[in-house]
Amino acid sequence: MLWQALTLSLGYNATLVTLGAAVLGLAAGAVGAGMVLRGRALVPDALAHATLPGLAGAFLALTALGADPRNLPLLLVGGGIGAALGLAALRALTARTRLTEDTATAAVLSVAYGGGLVLLTVIQALPGGRAAGLEGFLLGSTAGMLRQDALVIGGAAMVVLLALALCWRPLTLMAFDPMQARAMGLRTAAWDAVLAILVLAVVLVGLRVAGAILIVALLVTPAVAARLVVSRAGGMAALSALIGGACGWFGAAASAAAPGLPTVAVIVLAAFAALAAAALVRGGRAWTAPS
Amino acid sequence: MTTPALAVAGLSVDYAGLAAVEDVTATFPAGSMTAVVGPNGAGKSTLIKAVLGLVPARRGAVRVFGQTIDQARARVAYMPQRAAVDWDFPVSAADVVAMGLYADLGPFGRMTARHRDRVAQALARTGLTDLARRPIGALSGGQQARVFLARALAQGADLYLLDEPFAAVDARTEEALVTVLKALRDEGAAVVAVHHDLAAVPRIFARVLMLNRRVVADGPVAAVFTPEAITRTYSQAPAAAPAVSAAALPLPA
Repeated sequence: MLWQALTLSLGYNATLVTLGAAVLGLAAGAVGAGMVLRGRALVPDALAHATLPGLAGAFLALTALGADPRNLPLLLVGGGIGAALGLAALRALTARTRLTEDTATAAVLSVAYGGGLVLLTVIQALPGGRAAGLEGFLLGSTAGMLRQDALVIGGAAMVVLLALALCWRPLTLMAFDPMQARAMGLRTAAWDAVLAILVLAVVLVGLRVAGAILIVALLVTPAVAARLVVSRAGGMAALSALIGGACGWFGAAASAAAPGLPTVAVIVLAAFAALAAAALVRGGRAWTAPS
Repeated sequence: MTTPALAVAGLSVDYAGLAAVEDVTATFPAGSMTAVVGPNGAGKSTLIKAVLGLVPARRGAVRVFGQTIDQARARVAYMPQRAAVDWDFPVSAADVVAMGLYADLGPFGRMTARHRDRVAQALARTGLTDLARRPIGALSGGQQARVFLARALAQGADLYLLDEPFAAVDARTEEALVTVLKALRDEGAAVVAVHHDLAAVPRIFARVLMLNRRVVADGPVAAVFTPEAITRTYSQAPAAAPAVSAAALPLPA
């Protein structure tokens, strides 16, 4: 059964989900490497959690306007606005207070998640049970993936990968030595925004598949695993993308073969297995840079 | 008189709510090597960062080859303190040196054979050719200092602003770096280096800027680098002056 799923011979829908999850993993692994190199592995997590109040807010707004609250593009616009506000809050907290970046990230993450949960509770209390499906954004659900969803994920992943490759020089330059980069005229604020937008794009298209809570694993774990075995930034991003893609492929196939298995949980466990394997390969030197 | 490589006029910079640099006026001619000395907290690094526009100045003007820093940016190479970056970052020595090309290439420009030549030459001048492909995390402190200087060289600048280029390097590396810097000076570049080892100043530098938030002395080492000036530079505690009341403080000594 698992073999059939892995070789894409378990029917149209399972194939669609497997390819969609794999392409998502590819893009997430590559972009995640950029964030890990920048030393901001938690920022994607904050962005993902900040989409929740945005999604729920959009749902409530659409309901109030009498429109269909399950209009996916509009919900995702709401999620994007939520993430953008979260990022703005993060920047303001870092720039205007003495909070360190990781503290500010944790604050934004938890407040956004709490706010999102409150709004989701409000939605669940709405009459008519129209909230059905919204909880899918929390933990993800691949089962309902449509051809259109897979195409959107595929298209977005291609654009993200292309943009990342194009912007790789300034992004790595800034990640390694932001001060010297600025001295050479590189506008770090703008390039940080570019990186955040790429991450946000992956988060938004991946939200329904991987969910807001665990998508960070797809963004960060492959990058960390790749970092342990590769000593060049470009090679690390490439390997990270491959690991992410493989994890997406395997996770979706496993849950197609055994429908009781939650896709995203399997993806995350597969990513962790890759990390553990990388650590084993590196042996006792696992926690220092490869040379 | 020719245009100086760097001219700073009445520059004041606040850092973390304190006056880090106060009313600094100094010129740095082309074809010269200047040491910037002073106690910890005297504003040496802040002065360099303010020249580059990395920290905002409260007052004052900076001219680089008679232009604003943004106009002249490609002609200025900056070497931060080595501790400012993560040396576990996954790049090779040659990768870091090639980063100096950004001033020329910008975000999307294509590397040409000429650019690769510049990287190879910068590596060769700093004695790193054999280490070019090695990850920077596997380099010694002295080799890392060479990598940073090689990155500045690859930029092909006319003004070099170096923040403690010799910190924690062995004597042999220091000598190698000094040889490169003197060659740059002889080619007409201006070198400005924050420096800690006072005893080495006369041996390496012809000019000195003695800083303790304000300029204590500025000029040829032979003329201004006197025991009396050194005492004045280092005797006064530099920091702890709130920016708001800085104007009311008396001059050091």
